[in-house]
Amino acid sequence: MIPNKFSYHRPNDVNEAIQMLQTHGDDCKLLAGGHSLLPVLRNRLNDPEHIIDISGLSELQGIKDNEKSVTIGAGTTHGEIARSTILQQHAPMYAIAAAKIGDIQVRNFGTIGGSIAHADPAADWPGVLLASNASIVIKNSGGTREVDVDQFFMGLFMTAVQDGEIITAIRVPKTAFNRNSTYVKFPQPASRFAIVGCAAAVAKEGGQVTEARVAFNGVSSKPYRDTGIENGLKGQALSADSIAAATANIADGVSVMSDHFASEKYRRHLAGVYARRALGTL
Amino acid sequence: MGLIGTSVKRVEDKRFITGQGRYTDDIKLPGMTYACMVRSPHAHAKINSINTAAAAAMPGVVRIFTGTDEGISGIGVPCGWQVNFKNGETMKEPPHPLLVSDKARHMGDAVAMVVAESYAEAKDAAELVQIDWEVLPAVTDAKAAMADGAALVHDDVPNNLAFDWELGSDKAAVDAAIANAHHVTTLEFTNQRLVANAIEPRSAIGHFDSAYDKYTLYTSTQNPHLTRLLLCAFVLGIPEHKVRVVGPDVGGGFGSKIFHYTEEALVTVASKALNRPVKWTAERQESFLTDAHGRDHVTKCDMAFDAEGNITALRSRTYANLGAYLSTFAPAVPTYLHGTLLQGLYKTPLVHVDVNGVFTHTTAVDAYRGAGRPEATYLIERLIDTAALEMDMDPAELRFQNFIEPFDGVEEPGFQTQVALQYDSGNYHPVLEKALSMAGYEDFRAEQKAARENGNGKLLGIGFSTYIEACGIAPSAVVGALGARAGLFESAQVRVQPTGKVSVYTGSHSHGQGHETTFAQVVADKFGIPLEDVEIVHGDSDSVAFGMGTYGSRSLAVGGSAIVKSIEKVIEKGTKIAAHKLECAEADLEFADGKWTVKGSDKSIAFGDVSLTAYVPHDYPEGLEPGLDFSSFYDPANFTYPFGAHIAIVEIDKETGKVTLKRFIAVDDVGNVINPMIVDGQIHGGLAQGIGQAICEGTIFDESGQLLNGTYMDYVMPRADDLPSFETARTTTPCPHNPLGVKGAGEAGCIGATPAVVNAVMDALAPYGIHDIQMPVTSQKVWNIING
Repeated sequence: MIPNKFSYHRPNDVNEAIQMLQTHGDDCKLLAGGHSLLPVLRNRLNDPEHIIDISGLSELQGIKDNEKSVTIGAGTTHGEIARSTILQQHAPMYAIAAAKIGDIQVRNFGTIGGSIAHADPAADWPGVLLASNASIVIKNSGGTREVDVDQFFMGLFMTAVQDGEIITAIRVPKTAFNRNSTYVKFPQPASRFAIVGCAAAVAKEGGQVTEARVAFNGVSSKPYRDTGIENGLKGQALSADSIAAATANIADGVSVMSDHFASEKYRRHLAGVYARRALGTL
Repeated sequence: MGLIGTSVKRVEDKRFITGQGRYTDDIKLPGMTYACMVRSPHAHAKINSINTAAAAAMPGVVRIFTGTDEGISGIGVPCGWQVNFKNGETMKEPPHPLLVSDKARHMGDAVAMVVAESYAEAKDAAELVQIDWEVLPAVTDAKAAMADGAALVHDDVPNNLAFDWELGSDKAAVDAAIANAHHVTTLEFTNQRLVANAIEPRSAIGHFDSAYDKYTLYTSTQNPHLTRLLLCAFVLGIPEHKVRVVGPDVGGGFGSKIFHYTEEALVTVASKALNRPVKWTAERQESFLTDAHGRDHVTKCDMAFDAEGNITALRSRTYANLGAYLSTFAPAVPTYLHGTLLQGLYKTPLVHVDVNGVFTHTTAVDAYRGAGRPEATYLIERLIDTAALEMDMDPAELRFQNFIEPFDGVEEPGFQTQVALQYDSGNYHPVLEKALSMAGYEDFRAEQKAARENGNGKLLGIGFSTYIEACGIAPSAVVGALGARAGLFESAQVRVQPTGKVSVYTGSHSHGQGHETTFAQVVADKFGIPLEDVEIVHGDSDSVAFGMGTYGSRSLAVGGSAIVKSIEKVIEKGTKIAAHKLECAEADLEFADGKWTVKGSDKSIAFGDVSLTAYVPHDYPEGLEPGLDFSSFYDPANFTYPFGAHIAIVEIDKETGKVTLKRFIAVDDVGNVINPMIVDGQIHGGLAQGIGQAICEGTIFDESGQLLNGTYMDYVMPRADDLPSFETARTTTPCPHNPLGVKGAGEAGCIGATPAVVNAVMDALAPYGIHDIQMPVTSQKVWNIING
C-alpha cells in the first residue's frame, strides 16, 4: 500500500498547474481530494512520475449563486455540497447525492471535480450532472471552454478533458426541473458505489410535466440519460401509472453491466425500481 | 468493594482512543530493516526459476531470502493438533515451508523475502524478483478436490484427503432411525469461507541480540507462549530460554492470530543472519490472502422426527476445506470443535457426524470466532426451523419440546451427549421464553399475517436460534486424548507489592477482550482494594511464566480461575501473618473489605499492613517465608457450556430483495458475569460478525483459484447501518466447576446469530414455498427467489 516514487508539485494557481501539465505531459496526475487517485497509486495500478497537487487552489473552491446558474468550484468537497443551502434550493439532487457518497471523512476530502475527472461509471455524480443539464468549465493554456454534460462523459474512465486541461467548475442552470430534483441509489454493499443510481429532475406546469430529465450511473459503463422515460412523461400528470408506463422499457438498448453483486437482469430491474422511486417523490 | 458484577469502564481504552496503543508496527528499534514478501499471484504453479539479481541491485536492499537458503530450506511451521483417519492412520501432514521453492499452492504463498532499509525500498525491489512460473490447474472446492483426477495440492496426498473422521452413536442405528422416521428434514449447506479481518494487520519483528545471544520476537498474536514453544521446539530448534516473544497491544484477532505463521519464523531467522532487527507488516491484501480463513464447510444433514415431533436422530456428512496447508489448529475445527456440538440443546438420542478434511489450492482455514461451533449450530438450527415449517409446527414450540431438561451439574449430573461431551450445567427453557417475551412473538405473528394479507410490498419474517457452545477450552488430558499437541491450562502469578499494590501476570492475552479491566475487577474485589491498585500484565514471555493464550472464550474461565487460585494462596499466607500480628489463631480471623478482623471484635489489620510485613519481616511468624507472591496453574475439569436464544426479525423489500434486519434479540447465559458492559460488548461484536456471515460476507474464488474479492471494495463487511440496536438480556446458570462460575462470552453472538437471521429470511419467504437459501443472503439471491 505504498505508491511508487513520484515528484510532488504544488502550483500557486490554475495557470501554473496547467503549465506543469504541459511540461510533464503523460507522466503526471492531478491530485485534488485524492479519493480516486490515491487508491490507484497505493495499489500501484498507475505510477505517474509527477503529482500536481491542486487541492489548495482558491480559484477552484466554493459554490456561487449567479443570476442564471449555480457554479460549483471543481475543488469543492462532497461535504460542502451536501451542506449547501444554495444547492438545496436550486438543485436539491446535488445535496442529496453528495450526502450519499462514502462516509464523513470521504465527503470532507473528496471533490466533485476530481470525481467527474476520474469518471467512474458507478460514482454518484455523473447521473446528477446529466439530469441537471450542467456544463463543465475547463481551462487550458488558451483560455476557458465550457462543455455540455451530454458531451462530457465519453465512457469508462473517459471524459472530454484533454491533455493540459483542468476542470475548474461545474455550472448548474437555475431551472424549474432542477428545483424539483432528487437522487436515489442502490449501493454496492462493499464499496457503496452505485449498482444503480438514478437522478431525476421534473418541471411541471398546471400539474403536467413540461420537462423531465432522468439519468443513470452504475447501470452501464457510460452514464446516460434515459430519453425514453423523459419523453414518456412529457405532458403527463406525474402518477404511479404514468411513471410505470414511462419506465416500462427501462434501459432499452443500453448495454447493462453485470458483476457478482448484480447480474444484467437484476441491475436492469433495479434501474426501473429506482427510477420509479425517484420520480415518485417529485 | 463489590466490583464483581459491576460495569466498570475499560481502563485500557484511554490509550486506545487517544492513539497511544502500542502495536507491533509502532515499535521501532535501532538499525531496523523492513521485509516485503514476494507472493505467488497463482493458486497453483510450479517455480521453474527465481531470479533475484535485478531486485538485489535496487537501492536500499540488504538481502533477499529464498526457500533454498540455508536456515530456511527444509524448515516449515507445524500443525498443533493431530486427527487420525477412521482406520487409525495419522492424518496427512505435508510440510508448510517458510518460503516455497518448488511450487506455490495458494494465491499469496510466499516465495521470497526482500529485506531493505525501508519498506518502500523493499517493496520496489520485490516487484523486480523474477519468477518463471508454470501455471497448473487449481481446485478450490473441497468436494471437487476429493474427486479422482482433481489437481493435487500435495503430490503424496491422494484425493487431497488430509483425514476422514467420524464421531457419535452407532452409525447403523442412526441410519435405521432416519430410514424409519415419521418425518425427515434434509438440507445441504454451504457454510461459506470468511476472512477474519482484524483491524490491525499481522505484524512481526525479529530482533537478535548478539550480546546475550537471545532473540526477541514482537508479534501480533493471541498467544505469545505457544508461538515461542512452536518456534523453538518445532521450527527453528533454538533453546526456549533464548527466545522472548512479546505480543504487545493487538488490534483484534478473532482466531486468526492464534496460529504460528511463517513470517514470524522468517523475521526471526533473518534478524540473526543480518544481525539487525527485521520488521514485516502485512498489507491489507496480504491479510486477505494469508491470514487463516474461517468456516468453508459443505454439509448434507438429516434430522429425523417421530409423529409427536420428537427428534429421533441427526446425521451429518461434511467436507471441510482446509486450504493448502494445515494451519496450527486446523484439524480440530471441523472435528472436535464441530462434531462434538451436534447434539445442540436437544435430547436427540442418536447423532452421527462424518467429516472429510480436504486440501485445496486456497488460503489455509483455521479457527475463526466460534470455530466449528457456528457451523454446527447453523446445521441444527436451520434444520429445526425448516422441520417446523415442513411439519406445520411452531418453531419455538418444537424447540421447547426437544430441549434437554434443566440440570445444575452439582445435584443433577451433567448431560452426556452422543458426541463425546458432557455439558456442565444447563437450563434451556428460560432463555427462549425470555427471548419470545422480549420479541412479542404473538403480536409479531399477527402483524406478519396482516402484512401477508395486504401485500404492501414488505415481507416480514422471524427466525430463531437456540445454541450451545463449548468454551473455556479445556482439560489438558481431554484435549490431549482428542489430538491436541499442547496442554490447555492457564497460569497466573499474583504479586502483592510491599505497599499492597498488586501486579498480576496472566498467560491470557487481551486483544480487545478488556482483561486489564475484568481481571483487575476480580483481584480488587477479592482483596477488597481499589481497582487502580491492580495492574494486569500480559503478552510477554519474559514477564509471564507461561500461558496458553486467548481463544475459545477461555480467558476468564481458565485464566481467571488461575488468578483466583493465586489470590487464595495470598489470602491464606496473609492470614498467617495477620494472626501473628494480631496475636490470635488463624481460625479466629475473617478476611473481608481489605482487612483481617478478629471475629467478634474491632481488632483488625489492613491488607497493605500485612503485605508490608511480608516484605519487612521483622516481627514475623516463625518459619514462614517472606514475600507475598504466588503463582498457580489451573487446568479445568471440563469445558464450559454457555447457551442462549437469539431471535431475528427481518423485513424484505419485495422489489429489490434487500433484507433489512429490523430487530435482533439475544438472550445469552454465559454463567456469572464480572463486567456486564464488557459482556454486552462481546455479545454485540459477535452478533455483528454472525450477522455478517448471514447477510453479506464470504470469499469468492474463480476456477483458477484467484480470490476475486480480496479488498474492501468487494468483500462485504457488515457495517453499523446494516444492524439494528441489539436487544440483549441474560439468564444466569453458573458453571459448577470453576471458582468464578463463569462460562465465557466471546463467541456466543457469532454462534447464535447466523442461523437466526437466515431462518428469519426463510420465514419471510415462506409464501414462496422455498426451504433453503445459501449464505450470504444477498439482495440478488432473494430477488431471484421471489421472481422464481
